[in-house]
Amino acid sequence: MSAGHAMEKPRKKSIKEISPIDVYKLLPKTNCRECRESNCMAYATRVVNGELTLADCPPLFSGKYDEAYSKLADLLAPPVKQVTFGPEGHTLALGGKYVLQRHEFTYHNPSPVAIDVHDLMPEQELKDRVLQIERFTYNYIGRKLVLDAIAIRSCSRDPAIFRTAVRNVAAVCHIPIILCALDPTVMEAGLAEIRTCRPLIYAATKDNWKQMADLALQYRCPLSVYAPDDLSLLRSLVKTLREYGLTDLVLDPGTRGENGLAETISNFTAIRTRACKEYDELFGYPLLGVPLTVWTGGEISEDVLKWREAITASMLLSRYADLLIMHSLDGWVLLPQLIWRFNLYTDPRKPVSVETGVRVFGKPDRNSPVLITTNYALTYFTVESDIKTANLDCYLVVADTGGLSVESAVAGRNFSAESITSALKEFNVRDMIDHGTLIIPGLAARLSGETEEATGWKILVGPKDSSGIPQFIRDRWPVDS
Amino acid sequence: MAQKNNNNRIDGEQLLTLAPQLLELLKGVHQVELENFSMDIGNLELFIPTNSLTSGLSPAAAEPVRIKPTELLPESYVPVSIDYPGRVREVTLGATRAEGGTRCRTITLGGATAPAYPDRIHLPVHPPTIALDVFDMEVALPKVLLENVREVMHDPAEWARMNVKKFGADMVTVHLMSTDPLFRNATPAAAAKTVEEVLQAVDVPLIIGGCGDPKKDAEVFSHIAEMAEGERLLLNSVTLDMAEAKTLERVATAADKYGHAVLAFTGLELNSAKELNRRLYQYIAPENIVMDLTTVALGYGLEYSFSIHERARFAALMGDTELAHPVISASTNAWAAREAWMQMAPGYGPRELRGPIWETINALSLLLAGIDIYMMMHPAAVLTLKDVIRRLGPDPGEDMTDRIDDWVSVRL
Repeated sequence: MSAGHAMEKPRKKSIKEISPIDVYKLLPKTNCRECRESNCMAYATRVVNGELTLADCPPLFSGKYDEAYSKLADLLAPPVKQVTFGPEGHTLALGGKYVLQRHEFTYHNPSPVAIDVHDLMPEQELKDRVLQIERFTYNYIGRKLVLDAIAIRSCSRDPAIFRTAVRNVAAVCHIPIILCALDPTVMEAGLAEIRTCRPLIYAATKDNWKQMADLALQYRCPLSVYAPDDLSLLRSLVKTLREYGLTDLVLDPGTRGENGLAETISNFTAIRTRACKEYDELFGYPLLGVPLTVWTGGEISEDVLKWREAITASMLLSRYADLLIMHSLDGWVLLPQLIWRFNLYTDPRKPVSVETGVRVFGKPDRNSPVLITTNYALTYFTVESDIKTANLDCYLVVADTGGLSVESAVAGRNFSAESITSALKEFNVRDMIDHGTLIIPGLAARLSGETEEATGWKILVGPKDSSGIPQFIRDRWPVDS
Repeated sequence: MAQKNNNNRIDGEQLLTLAPQLLELLKGVHQVELENFSMDIGNLELFIPTNSLTSGLSPAAAEPVRIKPTELLPESYVPVSIDYPGRVREVTLGATRAEGGTRCRTITLGGATAPAYPDRIHLPVHPPTIALDVFDMEVALPKVLLENVREVMHDPAEWARMNVKKFGADMVTVHLMSTDPLFRNATPAAAAKTVEEVLQAVDVPLIIGGCGDPKKDAEVFSHIAEMAEGERLLLNSVTLDMAEAKTLERVATAADKYGHAVLAFTGLELNSAKELNRRLYQYIAPENIVMDLTTVALGYGLEYSFSIHERARFAALMGDTELAHPVISASTNAWAAREAWMQMAPGYGPRELRGPIWETINALSLLLAGIDIYMMMHPAAVLTLKDVIRRLGPDPGEDMTDRIDDWVSVRL
């Protein structure tokens, strides 16, 4: 955006500058409580915190408040537009970012990870791969981490073959689809097969943009814009497509995981910085990263390519990619991506914590072991699952460490002799048992002496990882008095 | 797509193309055991919230009549680089003979004038440095880490030599675990002897790690500071616990007097980091302070480390001089995550790959948040990090003619 352009329009307020009053002024102010908040002001506060959306206020959609709605939508529009794709009930949202760095507010819409299939794969192999993609899952702090979408690539460049592959995928797959073909004729064949599934079209380029734009309008699908290593061309395409009538775009400035990695990181960063800091509208769309491109380099060992794909994906997750297309289906490649994505999209304003207190497992009696851990959600759920798996009868004290893990909490003194003492007192743990012995996490071993002194309890240093708890209890419990 | 078994080892030429020695370093990995992968979800659920503040149906708006363009509308892109008022201080570690030490070279950290890798103009003033860990006693290491160092575990000097010669360490960290009163309670003199041996064995700058006990560390560091006068060691670490135990002054003064730098360690809290630095300024020049803001493992809170580094760097650039110090990341901490070291269902891959990729991604994520120096352990992670640091640095001289344009139709 030129400086001249910026001066024509008053600068948009950033999400951090919008006050609840700004929102409240435009609301119906009827305190109808249809949003389940106690009044319009409470609702406005949660909206500016990013916790509720305009969709949570039904009266805004009654037709009586259209002008106010459009002002609110403008006021609250994120500098990075939110774009959705996928069939009804299974849509994925991309982008919708309000800030460059997560600590400034919070990130919305965790970047979906799509895995590719292509149209020259034998039918059974194709279907097996789709099922493998859909079934990939990992249980992480009580949440299921999954893969989100399938990218169907046309290797054949043949409309009929592509159409068949799309049909075969759609027959077994329930998750959103990205259609990848640079030839509009091939793309149309694929679109015709799944017209109600609202796939993401990949992609408009400098050569095919007009036909791809027509297809996107005809099928009401969002459109990716591909301009590798050329941000001027990317802007030119976006400007043209906007004029053409498209509203839902996704930007791919090209992903280079090996030679040119610096340019890729720099391009992603430049696009997102301009969007968030200068409200540049041409760059204000979700970013698509394609770590899969590392596979196009030629004949190198598969493990090295997977390794390269893993590091490229993780760097792009950190550097603003709102959607990834990958090829590896290996757990060791995908696990760090899915966990890092989950982490980046937690709200940095709230520690990931669980309630403090005493949890009871099985049927403990007055001689059962007492363990203590922190209230960091991952720590807690990990310990919980290890105790449950082993069917132990025990008490688990959850101390307030401000949502930090044992390691960080010990380092930061959030988990200390004092905090252990006060947790034992607060929850009246001594009254539950006869023995007065507490098992502390192995990572808090250095606290044992001072904790023994401060609490008057006997302290046992447990294993460093809670997977060792069952063995530890078998070997060490009951304790000789 | 057929899963090919990688039973064949990879030939040397291929390795050199991408990451020399990488596969060698990942030794023990022969195949990905997919055949036994059990999948246990019935129906797929998506956990992607769609909560943009303006999501939902918008009231219908009349479509304006528009004239569709028939040609590409021209539009240019001019890179904008943002200048900041602040600058991160430079800290130099190690000293050559001419400078009063015995190292072959010095290493300067910091000097940043922008957030990490914002564009191709603001490149790191000094490329991030990597120190490899050495422990002075047997420690419980994950199997995958142990395999690389088993032979040298009883000899810190030999271990240090291997880190430099074989694994390309820029620096070596000697963790004096044996001084821990809870373990071996080794004397400061014994610890100093170990440091002396390592100083003899390698000629790179050293980081000296303590045991975490504020009183014992103060004794040990003060003793070593005097013994290794002029070497510009980095003493890892000084803490607010030391201030409380009234030992901070002693360590910081010794570091200042004998020409060393200190690592100011705090737990994910910028106000504590600033407070500790303010206390240190009374005894030692700010140019001798590196910060450790805490590195948590991926999956165990890495996002806290990531954001605190982004915040610290931004504050420093906006003029907060109390945070304008180079920062270190102990990315070896990645191995605390069970996903890094545990045997898991075959679908999640062998730990010989999962472990090193965990450390690598831990370190790379923080590289993008502004880390100046690393403490690391797995050779494959080190190699990858060095490769990425080079690629992101000034003119990596890369051939970018290889086509990514038509990745869509590449048959894999």
